[in-house]
Amino acid sequence: MLAVTDLRKTFVSPDGERVEVVSVPEFRLGKGEQLGLRGESGSGKTTFLNLIAGILAADSGKVEIDGVNLTTLSEPRRDRLRAEKLGYIFQTFNLLQGYTAIENVALGMSFGPGVDRARARALLERMGLGNRLHHFPRQLSTGQQQRVAVARALANRPQLVLADEPTGNLDRRRAQESLQLIREACSENGAGLLLVSHSTEVLAQFEQVRDFSAINRVGP
Amino acid sequence: MTLPLIIYRSLRQHALSTVVTAGSIALASGLLMCVWTVKTQSETTFASTNMGFDAVLGARGSKLQLVLNAIFDLESSPGNLAQSDYLYIKNHPAVKTAIPIAVGDNLRGYRIVGTIPELFNVEYAPGKHFALVSGGKMFNPDAKEAVLGSFAAARLGLKVGDTFHPFHGLAFNPNEQHTDIYTVTAILEPSNTPVDRVVWIPIHGLQTMSGHSAQYATDVSAVLIQLRAPTAGLMLDIMYNRQGNRLTFAYPVSAIISDLFSRISWFDRVLALVAYLVALVAAGSVLASIYNSMSARRRDLAILRALGAKRRTIFGAVVAESACIGALGSLVGFAIYFTLLTVVAGIVRDQTGVVLAIWAFHPVLILCPVGMTVLCAVGGMVPAFKAYRTPVADTLAPAS
Repeated sequence: MLAVTDLRKTFVSPDGERVEVVSVPEFRLGKGEQLGLRGESGSGKTTFLNLIAGILAADSGKVEIDGVNLTTLSEPRRDRLRAEKLGYIFQTFNLLQGYTAIENVALGMSFGPGVDRARARALLERMGLGNRLHHFPRQLSTGQQQRVAVARALANRPQLVLADEPTGNLDRRRAQESLQLIREACSENGAGLLLVSHSTEVLAQFEQVRDFSAINRVGP
Repeated sequence: MTLPLIIYRSLRQHALSTVVTAGSIALASGLLMCVWTVKTQSETTFASTNMGFDAVLGARGSKLQLVLNAIFDLESSPGNLAQSDYLYIKNHPAVKTAIPIAVGDNLRGYRIVGTIPELFNVEYAPGKHFALVSGGKMFNPDAKEAVLGSFAAARLGLKVGDTFHPFHGLAFNPNEQHTDIYTVTAILEPSNTPVDRVVWIPIHGLQTMSGHSAQYATDVSAVLIQLRAPTAGLMLDIMYNRQGNRLTFAYPVSAIISDLFSRISWFDRVLALVAYLVALVAAGSVLASIYNSMSARRRDLAILRALGAKRRTIFGAVVAESACIGALGSLVGFAIYFTLLTVVAGIVRDQTGVVLAIWAFHPVLILCPVGMTVLCAVGGMVPAFKAYRTPVADTLAPAS
């Protein structure tokens, strides 16, 4: 489902030096597979996810999703593929503050297969937010905001959900519940899950966990 | 759903700047429409206001001054004509009607014009004749009686049966009161012409008013003329203006007023320039307003991009938002336009008696809102380009 080959990304530091952040010779994730990726802060995990999502352009290498090489696509087609095949849960959730919960979920759909408000509603109800559909993010608790973000990530029936430290802003109990919810929701929707975290408690819940440092040749 | 929702939410999120910017657009749009409408309507209305007369005969001088004085009751008279000149034109075979008028007095600033009752039989506009408010009667040409235009009567607070003393001169001076006493015999129905602002008395009364020189007791200030055929006007024009050197024959009245507007066309150009600048400033305010809010919007735009929104969608959303502000402002601009026009039309009526049609359609009422919307959309392209270039990954989250 996801195949990464010889993926490289460098940035230019403020003093003009080129710094390599990601150099992944090979990485694969099967359909519906759930994997925890362990890595310290600053190790390039977010950059790796952004490269997979096509938010960042790689310097070289291939990112294939469902057999389509993302790195050779034009930007509009890459945007389209991201909207249709990928879900992204950000550490800070990145909800649109001016939009209600259901609008946040529906808006994600509009860039993909199309708005299905019934599905958006059903997803939010599944997340226990049936009575918060028309609340704005500022009117929701942190845990509720995260559940909206999960619903949004799953809205377009993605084949792969990328989660970047999704429980980083939650306390231990809520983090456990939340992670459970993300995993269940992905399973129910047949989506693979690639979750990066530096928390051993979070990663302990995964059957499969890999060290990012083991797949990325560039150290922190 | 997407684009309208994005625009709507963005406008709501930045409600204050939206309102302020739309307000400046509304002001610009309202001003633009008002300037154009007043300009074109006043030109059209003034040029078509001839009180049913084709020409004016008066003392040697400016044709424009003659027309303004005799038809619009503005300006001073360029001089007098002898009774014989009036009688000559009256009996000329090419002339259908000749109505003498005499000016020189006022009633608390409202012009008193001496004339003959036949003036009020003239068809002042197609199918329209002057009419007296019921209960009144036309003045007796030999009596000290007056008929008041509707506007003058209302402003002076006079009604049928009231009396007044005229004042000497065209400008009101309380020390210049004549001893004569006139009685109001009728008030005219509103005609929306300069006639409404005048106090009409018999010409003989004005000529022989106490204090006026007996030497000029039979002179008239001008003669309002209806011709039997337009070609007669050309003939009389040659006779009075080229062959003669004592009198001026102002013909045709509408062309002389149009000439006035063409002479002040430089003022139109200045107005147009100011209007264009106002529009540009308004579009600039949209640009500045959205551009300044771009840092606050960057995150939202990056999130939209991360969700799969294409760059051109983001670009289009910002441009459409600018256009919406322009359209919204233009819509409110109509309220400003009608308010301003009502005030201006009131002033014009107050000063000249000419009524501007507030509700009349003018192409500028479509062109201006459309133009402002397009201009704002163009102004929005600058911040839209900034939005287009928003780096998604850098904006969204710190790398880990």
